[in-house]
Amino acid sequence: MSGKFVVGYDDSSPARRALDFALDKAARQGGSIVLAHVMEWSPYTFLTPEELEERHARRKQEIARAETAIMGPVKDKLAKVDVPVETIITYGHIAEKLCEIAKQTGATQMVIGRDGNSALVSRVFGSTAGTLVQIAPVPCTIVP
Amino acid sequence: MRIVRKDNSMIFRLCAALAAYFAAALPAAAQGLDQAINQAFADYTGWYVSLIFAPIPGTNFSWIAMWLVVAALIFTFYFGFIQFKGFVHSIKLVKGDYSDPNDAGEVSHFQALATALSGTVGLGNIAGVAVAVGIGGPGATFWMVIAGLFGMATKFTECTLGVKYRNEYPDGTVSGGPMYYMVKGFAERGLKGGGIFAVLFCIFTILGALGGGNMFQANQAHAQLAGVIGDYPGWITGVFLAGITFAVIVGGLKSIARVTEKVVPFMGIFYVVVSLLILIMNYDMIGWAFGQIFVGAFTGLGVVGGFTGALIQGFRRAAFSNEAGIGSAAIAHSAVRTKEPVTEGYVALLEPFIDTVVICTMTALVIVISGVLNVDPETGLYIWNAEAGRISTEGEVVGVALTSAAYARALPWFPVLLAVAVVLFAFSTMISWSYYGLKAWTYLFGEGKAKETVFKVIFCVFIVIGAAANLGPVIDFSDAMLFSMAIVNIIALYLLMPIVKRELGSYVSRLKSGEIKKFN
Repeated sequence: MSGKFVVGYDDSSPARRALDFALDKAARQGGSIVLAHVMEWSPYTFLTPEELEERHARRKQEIARAETAIMGPVKDKLAKVDVPVETIITYGHIAEKLCEIAKQTGATQMVIGRDGNSALVSRVFGSTAGTLVQIAPVPCTIVP
Repeated sequence: MRIVRKDNSMIFRLCAALAAYFAAALPAAAQGLDQAINQAFADYTGWYVSLIFAPIPGTNFSWIAMWLVVAALIFTFYFGFIQFKGFVHSIKLVKGDYSDPNDAGEVSHFQALATALSGTVGLGNIAGVAVAVGIGGPGATFWMVIAGLFGMATKFTECTLGVKYRNEYPDGTVSGGPMYYMVKGFAERGLKGGGIFAVLFCIFTILGALGGGNMFQANQAHAQLAGVIGDYPGWITGVFLAGITFAVIVGGLKSIARVTEKVVPFMGIFYVVVSLLILIMNYDMIGWAFGQIFVGAFTGLGVVGGFTGALIQGFRRAAFSNEAGIGSAAIAHSAVRTKEPVTEGYVALLEPFIDTVVICTMTALVIVISGVLNVDPETGLYIWNAEAGRISTEGEVVGVALTSAAYARALPWFPVLLAVAVVLFAFSTMISWSYYGLKAWTYLFGEGKAKETVFKVIFCVFIVIGAAANLGPVIDFSDAMLFSMAIVNIIALYLLMPIVKRELGSYVSRLKSGEIKKFN
């Protein structure tokens, strides 16, 4: 069975491990990868008038930066493997957005790395991995 | 090492000496300067202030407040009571039900509304209401709410135009506001004079920003602080506020502004919650208080001026509190990301509702219930203090102090918190108005770092002046400027309202046909 893997990616070492894991699985199954970079964003935050004015320009810069700094370094690596990869850069609540992408792309699995925060930090701020296992619409693998 | 330390201590001593000198010399100098500035302003601008705030013959109702209320009525009828018909749709828009998920990361309707609100919610809701109820009696609240409800249509009109005619620059930044719809909208309708209107609006905005949006705020913040801590020179508050504002608007220390923008909405919510708490504590009196408000609205409850007194005060405070028709909100709302300008109009109409109908009513109810307004035990009517021209109050206090006293009856610790809230509200209003003023400034003089810095420095200097001095005529003049904005803005709104109607018609029909779809 060929599957589609949604991989949450931010160019950190856990994210790279998650990508390697997914690439390996996808290559064996003849599957494909959706590499998603989600920037944390809530439409309910408060901004100053000046920030409102600059927001559209800022967003363009952020997306451009994500393309070069986050997705850029993996492009060479992905070019060498024989797995179809589609990339997505977007905004939102990271775990919720990844689930939404999984549903929209018809993914069969999700893979993310674990940042390894301490128990206290995770308890206070929550962790993406923790939230994801609770709400994932498809099987979810967390790579340590 | 030793030499450096010596140098430092010398500098320190020099600074201390200078500070001591200014502490001693400034108040005296400021007083002299006060009088000189007051006199100059009274001499040269008094006629203009009198003109703007002139009463309609035979009444004591200023024509400018009537100008705002009549405009609100006209827009309400012209757009078929949009504030009631569109209320639920407005809330859905703010919730993001109609926001395209692909636009995530752009300015949301909620953010534009929250930012505009933090510019308007402030002293008007706390001090202004106390003034209205103190002079017009509880009945003033009724008329304030009515004026707030109609004002929603004015906000709808100006903010729709603000988004429709904003400028989008190649770098992705946007600039909008009345000056842009005056020029572009007039041209589209084949009308002349848009440029002159825009220039006039910008001049009034700059002066209004320095006055009502700055000096008045600093002045009142100092008054409340001095009331809690004890009297001290105003320039200390001024220098402190100016320092923070300077760090934010000139130094680009956005974190402070961001913290304020976050804290202010919570202060607003907290204020409403505390008010509700007091109302719940006195639940048996709520019915009576509403009775006072309704009966007072039509009879005046023995307050001198009676029915008209209540009406005038209510209308006046509402118009002054929610800024509907002034044009400032159109600047704040224009940055939102939407393909449909009307959607921002819908969102903006919630502003007078939150500001006037909810927050102002809370303040009024607490003042009425608390019993700080003195009642004659024999007649059951309010005691009129003829000398002061208002209802006699406990301790004969007015404005912020009256609100403070009313809340303190139920919650003795409230005045301290209110002082913090007033300072924060004043600060966030100043940040918002520094931006409105700057937009007007750059419209007139062009963009550029040096030109912008000049305005920002002037703005900070006026904070110190506002807090330090009792500049009655100067503040009157700047208030007059604020309402002069409304004169040019509302004329422009009348001329451009057919465009808004067309936009609204097209939007509503596409909404009904399902062409505009819900995403959530």
